[in-house]
Amino acid sequence: MPLTTNTILICAGGACISAGEESVKDVLERKIKEYNLQDTINIVETGCMGACSLGPIMVIHPEGVYYQKLTPEAAEKIVEEHLLKGRVVEEYLYKGDKGKIVPQPQKEIPFFSRQVKVATRNVGIIDPLNIDEYIARDGYFALHKALKEMTPEQVIEVVKESGLRGRGGAGFPTGLKWEFARKSPGDEKYMICNADEGDPGAFMDRSILEGDPHSIIEAMTIAAYAIGATKGFVYVRAEYPIAIERLTVALNQAREYGFLGENILGTDFSFDIEIRIGAGAFVCGEETALMHSIEGKRGQPRVKPPFPAQKGLWGKPSNINNVETLACVPPIIYHGPQWFRQWGTEKSPGTKVFALAGKVKNTGLVEVPMGITLRELIYEIGGGSPTGKKIKAVQTGGPSGGVIPEEYFDTPVDYESLQQLGAIVGSGGMIVLDEDDCMVDVAKFFLEFTVDESCGKCTPCREGTKKMYEILDKITKGEGTEEDIDILENLANVIKDSSLCGLGQTAPNPVLSTLRYYRDEYLAHVRDKTCPAKKCKDLISYVINPEKCVGCTACARVCPVNAINGEVKKVHEIDQDACVKCGSCIEVCRFGAISKVTPAVQ
Amino acid sequence: MGKIKSLEELMKIKENTLKNVKMREEGKRGRIIVAMGTCGIAAGAKDTLKAIVETLSELNIDDISVVQSGCMGLCEVEPTIKVELDGEVPVIYGHVTPENAKRIIKSHIVAGEQVGELIVKRGEE
Ligand SMILES: Cc1cc2nc3c(=O)[nH]c(=O)nc-3n(C[C@H](O)[C@H](O)[C@H](O)COP(=O)(O)O)c2cc1C
Ligand code: SF4
Ligand code: SF4
Ligand code: FES
Ligand code: FES
Repeated sequence: MPLTTNTILICAGGACISAGEESVKDVLERKIKEYNLQDTINIVETGCMGACSLGPIMVIHPEGVYYQKLTPEAAEKIVEEHLLKGRVVEEYLYKGDKGKIVPQPQKEIPFFSRQVKVATRNVGIIDPLNIDEYIARDGYFALHKALKEMTPEQVIEVVKESGLRGRGGAGFPTGLKWEFARKSPGDEKYMICNADEGDPGAFMDRSILEGDPHSIIEAMTIAAYAIGATKGFVYVRAEYPIAIERLTVALNQAREYGFLGENILGTDFSFDIEIRIGAGAFVCGEETALMHSIEGKRGQPRVKPPFPAQKGLWGKPSNINNVETLACVPPIIYHGPQWFRQWGTEKSPGTKVFALAGKVKNTGLVEVPMGITLRELIYEIGGGSPTGKKIKAVQTGGPSGGVIPEEYFDTPVDYESLQQLGAIVGSGGMIVLDEDDCMVDVAKFFLEFTVDESCGKCTPCREGTKKMYEILDKITKGEGTEEDIDILENLANVIKDSSLCGLGQTAPNPVLSTLRYYRDEYLAHVRDKTCPAKKCKDLISYVINPEKCVGCTACARVCPVNAINGEVKKVHEIDQDACVKCGSCIEVCRFGAISKVTPAVQ
Repeated sequence: MGKIKSLEELMKIKENTLKNVKMREEGKRGRIIVAMGTCGIAAGAKDTLKAIVETLSELNIDDISVVQSGCMGLCEVEPTIKVELDGEVPVIYGHVTPENAKRIIKSHIVAGEQVGELIVKRGEE
């Protein structure tokens, strides 16, 4: 029996590592040794805990005290105060509104307390490199149950009844997909895990692979048993080296324990998994392109049908699922379908992980029951606006998604409701926008991504998205006309209907949804040459209000192009031709004398 | 560890590891704080700590956490421990040798009876 009295869980997710997790850990280790506590205190590096904007983060158990924004000095203090003397170091606790210290432990902090963790149940809680800890949290019990107590058909039935739908974007019922693969004739079948995660801003799949790799191995093995597959592949993008590393370790542990390989758990079922590393093109996440890529061919999509269940990898029946989808499978098998249905809605049961970003206080990963309203998600869990500016909309579903204005924030988050509003759940990206965000600019941002990522195989997507981008660019520059808006809309509809794969078919969504709710912003750009959000550089000017300017010279000193003229204690002025609209001056003026105006002054 | 074939083998790993993992979960019934200041350690607090953790583990008690603290300022009666159970006034025990630690757990934690002769202090200071 180890003599641990405290366990420190320190987040080794991507955001925390880049915020300095390693140096914090080094100091912790050094100090703990210094006080001769190394035998009684256990440090565990976990996957992403979710509250990435507050990193580096750690939680000290058994008290469950959550520390954020750590530095090496913080680590030193926490060892000396908390670990040695049992005194909580308030400085690094989570702060509520107006810096108020909110109750500890971690599970009482609003950001965590509203969440329900299914797919991320172990992320941030166990040591991803220790298979025993996964087992301690009921890991591999579902595999045992499936292999020894259930027929493949029964496994599929449970997944069908749970109502689990694909978390990779389309929301297709997982059990049904497995059934197609099972019924498709063939002795050799493949089970694929899609860990390409191309959506900008989404990183739940990475976080699961890094924080709980065994859940994917267990799920893939269960799925393989259900559909009759003999071999599996995890397709991970090369930009995820830590995920690849931890998955590799986990695969070896699973083989050692007999959860993979020949005669799994002593049964006559055999299955093994290989990792395939993708180059990281967005289109390679599309299932047919992904399979081409695994076969060693160029990652281009092909026409469907035939679907992968009929003709997949090397022409054999294959089943492909997203990481987060798979992570839900073991607990569903273990606890039964009704357990999963206790959350979510009738048609969208369970939970979903969202990546909150943009103009919201708590950015990071959150797992919540489906059917939660956008308002709860953005205000209660996300903490609302970080600046006090009015939140205007949320963009969901990444480049294939759309915007939802604030007046619809009471909509429940589920596949159907968001679709009705012209947005999608997608892979779970959520970018909160406020009054400083221009909707034309938002559409342009996503279109630029699509133009870069189109594989070029079909004309509407290759040429059409480029044309759309050009029109948007023209509009943001104040050179667009009302006719351009019509052309844009037509183009969007044509591309949607005529592209070969999901990339092209969904690329127009950001344009269509912003046109649907914010046509007036488009019109302002083309008619009045104004940008209501004062975002588009060509339509704004920075001006100094002579009544407020005291001539402190702060702005003139900061201006990178010397566009500001004026003598000390005299009113300053901006030379509009020279100004590059960097916005530096507005930030330094302590007298509020500088403002942005639209349209641009000539 | 070789290949696993049965539910029993899985259960065994789960039970062995669960204690470590459970430690990290909240929802404890109380805690035992062991004073680990220099004087405490000199008086044998490390052995006391060890005995506490081992006894709890032997008795399969997983809803009591064990926490270390600095000197409680009661150097003359070291090693000292403080038992804090939900809904009870905290109790500080002195001269907690490993044997006494075992007694305290069996009597106070399990049976709910405080060990009168070892009590140094009741209530918060
Ligand atoms: C352009 C494009 C990119 C995609 N990228 C991903 C991806 O990165 N990860 C993913 O799981 N699914 C992605 N998909 C969806 C997959 O094609 C497929 O539907 C999914 O992997 C199926 O798994 P699920 O049913 O578990 O969601 C993408 C689809 C398209 C059209
Ligand atoms: S729609 Fe775009 S990404 Fe998809 S095949 Fe056509 S060109 Fe390639
Ligand atoms: S916006 Fe930038 S370039 Fe323009 S005046 Fe201010 S500091 Fe100078
Ligand atoms: S990376 Fe640490 S909380 Fe997300
Ligand atoms: S320089 Fe004019 S107000 Fe700052």
